[in-house]
Amino acid sequence: MSERVAVRKTYKLFIGGKFPRSESGRSYLVQSANVSLASRKDARDAVVAARAAVKGWAGATAYNRGQILYRVAEMLEGRREQFVALGVPADEVDAAIDRWVWYAGWSDKLPQVYGGANPVAGPYFNLSAPEPTGVVAVVAPEAPALLGLVSVIAPAIVTGNTVVVAASPTQPLASVTLAEVLATSDLPGGVVNVLTGAITETVPTLAAHLDVNAIDLTGVGDASLATELEVRAAENLKRVIRPAPADHDWYADPGLTRMTTLLETKTVWHPKGV
Amino acid sequence: MRRLPGMTATATSARSDLSELGRSETALRNFLHGLPGVDQVGAEQRAAQLGTRSIKTTAKARAIDLAIRMVDLTTLEGADTPGKVRALAAKALRPDPADPSCPHVGAVCVYPAMVPYVAEVLRGSAGSGRPSGGPDGNAPAGPGVVHLASVATAFPSGQAPLEVKLADTRAAVAAGADEIDMVINRGAFLAGRYREVYDEIVATKQACGDAHLKVILETGELATYDNVRRASWLAMLAGGDFIKTSTGKVPVAATLPVTLVMLEAVRDFRAATGRQVGVKPAGGIKNTKDAIKYLVMVNETVGPDWLDPDWFRFGASSLLNDLLMQRTKLTTGVYSGPDYFTLD
Repeated sequence: MSERVAVRKTYKLFIGGKFPRSESGRSYLVQSANVSLASRKDARDAVVAARAAVKGWAGATAYNRGQILYRVAEMLEGRREQFVALGVPADEVDAAIDRWVWYAGWSDKLPQVYGGANPVAGPYFNLSAPEPTGVVAVVAPEAPALLGLVSVIAPAIVTGNTVVVAASPTQPLASVTLAEVLATSDLPGGVVNVLTGAITETVPTLAAHLDVNAIDLTGVGDASLATELEVRAAENLKRVIRPAPADHDWYADPGLTRMTTLLETKTVWHPKGV
Repeated sequence: MRRLPGMTATATSARSDLSELGRSETALRNFLHGLPGVDQVGAEQRAAQLGTRSIKTTAKARAIDLAIRMVDLTTLEGADTPGKVRALAAKALRPDPADPSCPHVGAVCVYPAMVPYVAEVLRGSAGSGRPSGGPDGNAPAGPGVVHLASVATAFPSGQAPLEVKLADTRAAVAAGADEIDMVINRGAFLAGRYREVYDEIVATKQACGDAHLKVILETGELATYDNVRRASWLAMLAGGDFIKTSTGKVPVAATLPVTLVMLEAVRDFRAATGRQVGVKPAGGIKNTKDAIKYLVMVNETVGPDWLDPDWFRFGASSLLNDLLMQRTKLTTGVYSGPDYFTLD
């Protein structure tokens, strides 16, 4: 019996629930693996996929979204060893799974905490309800590879947004593996799209894209690039989350601002009956 | 010009008596069945191969503007209202209100009952009428060149008595349509009653008067490419000014191979008779990439003579918005979104 031939893996993009190679055909060598190098056209395709997924995902009940996100946490738990094998410390994997469960729980609670009845001087019920803003472009932090990624994706999608994530260029394997988890956990295709490769190639396209409603610059380390991206994002008044400071503690309680920044508030006036 | 195998002999013998064909069922049948068969695999492979051409930068910009000028902006719904078709007509004149350099579309295509409302809008800007923009590929957006097309002859099924179909046609022309999209009698065609189909087209052409006649073959119901070729020749022999693939009301609409077969038919027809006939694929063409594939095929099959809104049209509704988004991307460098264009 001859020795088995190794099955070598190419890490691909995650767009619309599928794992395509970059349309440019390029890849780059990182963490001893071949990883797709996304082009601006991949970014465009990812936005199209994310936009197409908004209606179904934002229209799902908060309870249903919470269930699906909890399912993701279950699948993450089952893949724990795989993440550890990729070099993610075991306690970081635990923290990432706990973070995911924490955010999953917020799906049907945030509207109660962040919305509600407003007292008004007139015979009206006045109600405010938070709604998702739409398609969010996210720049994942360089590190920690998994906890940082979960900490930017989960708060965006739990409220009904869909995301296009530019993964950490230096540690992309965890993001592709997370995409494999998402692809197998009832999350509709297109809700999360992952682009691997150079930030400078895909993110400026996303920042200027008129069909993107918000951009999370958390992982942008270069201050002048961050400024340029904010300027581009201003063109269609995108909501912007500014880059995280270098000493940001990813293990600390994240608070609600990541979720609430990516919401629009709808207020309804309703006359009180007879 | 590349010729189909066996075409030369057919064309030569046909040239002398093409005009006589319609007088006899037998002659018509012999001619149509004497047309060379279509190589199905070859046609599909050729169409797929032409679809792989890469059209970029300035060529793409030119292709997009040409495609916009070729769009027959269409709404054929039971729920069409005067307000909706007026809005559509306004969009036909100025597809991108934010950019005055954007050309207008080729025509607006509606049901006969909606024609007066469209005519109102188009006439308000000097009306519709031939001829259309120049051959330079970049005719300025201006009034007076957006045509008004109307479907007629009991669209989409065509299953009505001939008098009704002709009355339908006359009413549309009287209301202001200068292009009529008729459907052929597929039942008669598939049963082999070619003369009946021929006579109906001739009668409809007469009812059209000065209006141009587009003959819808409904290729999705014709089953084979051989039938598409026969129906194309039949429509051209009977006097159609355009041959159009589909109504858009059956599951299989325009495809690249079907359009290829029809383009070959108009090319051979011009070689045989000297008369040029236009082609209009309709239904299922949703984005710029598809539209450019069709333009490549036109250029490679029949040449630049047909790369003009007078000779090639797209029957489409959602295609226009994608063309406008791609156009915006090329002029501004930033990807646009559907939020910035009208829904219909």
